[in-house]
Amino acid sequence: MLKVDGLTVAVGGKIILRDINFEINAGETHILFGPNGSGKSTLLGTLMGFERFEIVDGHIYFQGEEITHLPVHERAQRGIGLMFQRPPTIKGLPMHHMIKICARGRKVSEDLTKKLKFDKFMDRDVNYGFSGGEMKRSEILQLLAQDPDLILLDEPESGVDIENIALIGDSINMLLERNVSPEDVKPMYRQRRERKKAGLIITHTGHILNYVHADFGHVIFEGRMSCHGNPRELFDCIQRMGYGECVRCAI
Amino acid sequence: MTKRNFKPQDFTTEAPKHAYLKDLGSLDDLDRKRLLQIGVDINTQDRIGTFLQIDHSVVHSGSQQKGLEVMGTAKALEKYDWLQNYLWRAVPRDLDEYTKYVAAHVQQGYFIRVMPGVKATYPLQACLYLDKDGLAQCIHNIVIVEEGAELNIINGCATSHKVHTGMHLGISEFYVKKNAKLTFTMIHNWAEEMQVRPRSATVVEEGGVFLSNFVCMHQVDMLQMFPVITLNGNGAVARSHSVLVAPPNTHMDTGTRVFLRAPQAKAEIISRAVTTGGEVISRGHLIGTEAQVKAHLECHGLLLSPRGLIHAVPELEAHVAGAEMSHEAAVGKIAPEEIEYLMARGLDEETATSTIVRGFLNVRIEGLPQELQQEIDKAIEASQESFM
Repeated sequence: MLKVDGLTVAVGGKIILRDINFEINAGETHILFGPNGSGKSTLLGTLMGFERFEIVDGHIYFQGEEITHLPVHERAQRGIGLMFQRPPTIKGLPMHHMIKICARGRKVSEDLTKKLKFDKFMDRDVNYGFSGGEMKRSEILQLLAQDPDLILLDEPESGVDIENIALIGDSINMLLERNVSPEDVKPMYRQRRERKKAGLIITHTGHILNYVHADFGHVIFEGRMSCHGNPRELFDCIQRMGYGECVRCAI
Repeated sequence: MTKRNFKPQDFTTEAPKHAYLKDLGSLDDLDRKRLLQIGVDINTQDRIGTFLQIDHSVVHSGSQQKGLEVMGTAKALEKYDWLQNYLWRAVPRDLDEYTKYVAAHVQQGYFIRVMPGVKATYPLQACLYLDKDGLAQCIHNIVIVEEGAELNIINGCATSHKVHTGMHLGISEFYVKKNAKLTFTMIHNWAEEMQVRPRSATVVEEGGVFLSNFVCMHQVDMLQMFPVITLNGNGAVARSHSVLVAPPNTHMDTGTRVFLRAPQAKAEIISRAVTTGGEVISRGHLIGTEAQVKAHLECHGLLLSPRGLIHAVPELEAHVAGAEMSHEAAVGKIAPEEIEYLMARGLDEETATSTIVRGFLNVRIEGLPQELQQEIDKAIEASQESFM
C-alpha cells in the first residue's frame, strides 16, 4: 500500500532524514520508535506532503502510484489520513462542520460520536479549549469520518490521561480495523485476514503498544531507520537499554 | 494611503421624490438583490415590520405587531410632542461637523418604538437606501424600547447600482429602557466612492440589554464611525460585535466606546477585521466609572494580502478600583498549520483558506434567539458570497 524508497528529507536546508526505506502492506500496522528529535514527525509530515519538508532524494508510492510531489489534499483524497499530535484550533469552525468536510458527502453515524463521548462537543469550535484526551478523540472522529486506507498516527498517546487512554486505544483499533470481535458473524481469523486498513504509528514512549497491536516495528535514530523487527521485542529492548542501544548500532 | 477628507458640502442635498410603495415587490430586480444582500427581504412575511427610505423619501413603513410603531421621524415628530425630549439627547447636536450638518439638513430617518412588555422575536427590517448619485443623505433615527420590551432590528444601508459616490450621514439614537432588550444588526454595502459617517449612541437603563452586530464586507472609500453605548442602570449589558472586510482602496475607521456607569454593568466588544488590501482601524474604548463593572475587548485582524493595514486600538479606562476590565488584540496572517490541517482532511488550499476566513468572521452573539441568528447568518452569508 505504501512504499518509501531511499527517502532523504531536509527542513530549512538541514538534512533530517537519510535514505529511509520501508513498505507497509494493506492490513498491516507498523510502529515506529525513536527518541525526541530523531525525525519521526518529519517522516509523517513528509508522507502527508507538508510543504516545510523538502524531499531531497527518493520516492513515495501509495497504492502503486508515485505521490512524492503531490499536494497534501490530493494525498488525503487518495486515502491517506493523519492523526495530528498537536492540531491547531480553527476558530469559528464548529466540529460538526469539520466532520462534514472530512466525510466528503458520506453520512457519519451519530453512534460514532456517542461512542467517542464526543456528542457534546459537536457545536464547539475545532480543538478550541480541548483537553489532551478530547483533542485525540476529535482527531479519531475526524479520521473515522474521513475513512482513509492508510492512517498515520503521530504520538497518539501523548497528553492523554489514564482515564482516556483505553478509549483512545480502542478507537484506534476501530480505525485500523483491529477490533476483531468474537461476536462478529465472521470468524476472528477471517476478520484479521480481510482487514484492509494500514497504519503507521509513531511513538517515543511505546505505551500505545499496551492498547494497539502492531505487526512490525522500526526504530529511527538520528534520521536513519536503524532497526526493524517484532514491535514487542524492540519495545522491551528500548525499555531495558534506552535508545542508547541504538548508538551501538550506529557506530 | 492618504484619503481626501470629504465634507457634506461636497455633495448635493437635492434628490427626486420617490413614490410610496404599498408592495415592495414592485422594486426592480437589481434593487431587490441589493436589498437582500443587506438582510432586507421584500417578502415581508418573516418580518414584524419594515421601513424603507430611498434618498429622502420614506417609500414604505409599517408594522404587523401590536405595540410596535414604525414610521418616518418627521411624521413621528408631528405626532408626538414628547419625542423632542429624545432628539439629540444621546448624540449631541454639536458633536462634530457631520452632526451639525445633519441638524441643519435632516431629511427623515426612522422612528421605531415598542410599547412596554411587548416582546418581538421576529426581526423588524429597516433600510436606508441611496439611489441618487452624489447625494448627501442626512438621516435621524430614533429607537425606543420601552420597559420590559424586546425588539430585533436588521438595519441595512446600501447604495443602488446607479450610485458611484455620495455621503451617508446617519444619526441614530437608541433608548433601551429598564429590563428591555434591543438587538441591532447593521449591514452595510456601499458604492466604491462612498463617504459614510454614521453617528450613533445608545443609552441602556437598569437591567437592559443592547446587542449590536455590525457587518461591512465591501469596498467603500471611507467609513468612519465610533458609536457610543452608555450603560446607565444597574446590571445593564452591552455586547458589540463587528465583522469587517476591507478590499483595496477601502478605509474603515470604526469601533465602539462603552461607558460603564452603574454597578454590575457588563460590556463586551468583539471585532474581526480582514484586509484584502484596504485599511482598517479597529477601535474599542471601555470606560469604567463604577466598581463591580466587568468589561472585555477583543480585536482580531487577519491580513490576506501582502499590503494592507489593520490597526487595532484597544483602550481601557478604569476610574475606580474594582472595575474589572481586560483586552486582547492579535493581528497577522492565517497560520500555515491551519491551512495544512484542513488540506490533510481533503480540502484544496483555496477552499481551506476560505473556510478559515469564514470561521474567523463567524462571530456568535450570546443571547440571540435562534430564529434571529439564522436570519443574521443568512444575511451575512449573502454579503459574504459577493466578497469570497
